[in-house]
Amino acid sequence: MSFIISLLNSMPGAIAQGLIWGIMAVGVYITYRVLDVSDLTVDGSLCTGGAVCVIMTLNGVPMPVALIAAVLAGMLAGMVTGILHTACGIPAILSGILTQLALYSINLHIMGWGTDSGSKANLPISIDKYNLWVSSRYVRDLSLENPYLVLIPVVVILIAILYWLFGTEIGCSMRATGANQSMARAQGINTNITKVLGLMISNGLVALAGALFSQYQGFCDINMGRGAIVIGLAAVIIGEVLFSKVFVNFALKLSACVIGAIVYYIVIQFVLKLGLSTDDLKLLTAVVVALFLAIPYLKNVYKAKHVKGGKTNA
Amino acid sequence: MLEVRNIFKTFNPGTINEKHALNGISLTMNDGDFITVIGGNGAGKSTLLNAIAGAWSIDSGEIVIDGENITHLPEHKRAAYIGRVFQDPMMGTAATMQIDENMALAARRGKKRTLSSGITKKERESYREQLKVLDLGLEDRLTAKVGLLSGGQRQALTMLMAVLNRPKLLLLDEHTAALDPKTAANVLALSDRFISESKLTALMVTHNMKDAIAHGNRLIMMNAGKIILDISGEDKKKLTVDDLLAEFTKASGQEFASDRALLS
Repeated sequence: MSFIISLLNSMPGAIAQGLIWGIMAVGVYITYRVLDVSDLTVDGSLCTGGAVCVIMTLNGVPMPVALIAAVLAGMLAGMVTGILHTACGIPAILSGILTQLALYSINLHIMGWGTDSGSKANLPISIDKYNLWVSSRYVRDLSLENPYLVLIPVVVILIAILYWLFGTEIGCSMRATGANQSMARAQGINTNITKVLGLMISNGLVALAGALFSQYQGFCDINMGRGAIVIGLAAVIIGEVLFSKVFVNFALKLSACVIGAIVYYIVIQFVLKLGLSTDDLKLLTAVVVALFLAIPYLKNVYKAKHVKGGKTNA
Repeated sequence: MLEVRNIFKTFNPGTINEKHALNGISLTMNDGDFITVIGGNGAGKSTLLNAIAGAWSIDSGEIVIDGENITHLPEHKRAAYIGRVFQDPMMGTAATMQIDENMALAARRGKKRTLSSGITKKERESYREQLKVLDLGLEDRLTAKVGLLSGGQRQALTMLMAVLNRPKLLLLDEHTAALDPKTAANVLALSDRFISESKLTALMVTHNMKDAIAHGNRLIMMNAGKIILDISGEDKKKLTVDDLLAEFTKASGQEFASDRALLS
């Protein structure tokens, strides 16, 4: 009984975390599913978003401006990856890794801005002193401070904007680029530009998630983005496994990513309560994502081997 | 309309796989010309089409469309002048997008893409009308994903998309080779119809000698990256497959090396 109560107690936090990481998962969906590019920039740009937002808030910048700056910083990171990939011909996955690595140093410097050493690995920010939009402290409160009152509208508005964007001529050309590059070029689409644009939008969203998450947990940390891509993929895949048959509309598919992230965090809470150490979380996540990525492929291999009459006819 | 001036293209230069794919090709197409291109494997037929479409840059020479030099224009900019259908039916359409969305992408070829709607209601109605021409029932499946269509249906759709806003030049790269005989005949008839109705200038690569003779007003034969035969008008109408084989042996000094061309 106490197990169930403690699990239920952890649910508001898990769902709030899921909503924040859901924004990140939507960013991953745009590169991984729409553009068909695996972008590892996100491991760095998540922290970049958090660092920019926190350092600006600490220096008295109003929150809306700090959030916009965080998004722009993320988009810049995405642009760098995009240019490395398209203009410099580096494979997408390696371009992302390069940017991510560079961001590690850059993030340290952003967080250490104004200090003597000019570099810092952890930057706390207190809800008591600053006007933060979301904080884990109020996640169970029935008050106007509850983070849900910010997170839910933000998620809904973001999905609405993305739904509109991917229905425009530019949005359609991004989708065409991901679906079939030679077709896109034959129809006059500059696939280099659409790829850079998609990477920018994706990393802008990821940075926004980082900015919100730093506020939520009350600090920004250089390692907060480590393995973020895998969590994002986990959310995308869980969303697809649960809803791919019913959610056909693009807005619903994006919603499925957010729900996938929420489910992910609920499951994490569950296994933690069962006694799994937090140290083993990343191992568990990696194994689960690897399984889900492998299953569709293994299914086909199995089917191909067991075609009816295949052996006798061979 | 199209002016190809002495173009050269070598793949993998300086390596053991070096291949002189185009060896100084020159070709002038007049307005309304429908040229069929034939030749053995590796003769440079598809390479010629890809060079014109801009899939990669050529080593030397010039390509001019309608007075504009497009030699240094990237592929996506040349698309403003060129409609294309590929050999692989999967290559000409976006499988994860709807039929009407694919057509809307084609309708915007050569136009600036903005933040206005990717497809309007009015467009959708006009696409429904145009799809009726294909006679495949696609007009009732406007919002179906293209990936659900058969290869023949996809190729017919690609064909329609290629001629949607009357390109200055239509490039057909063995666009019926991957289809079954009946579907291939349908797509070929469709090509003929679009080309004559819209008075298009077209270049069609084929492996099939009979098709090459039966279609178009002019025929060129390629071998080793060169044009070895160029027949048009009355001479072309009188051509037979045997004539072509004889011409090939005479011009190239070797037997025609393509089983596919002879058997089909």
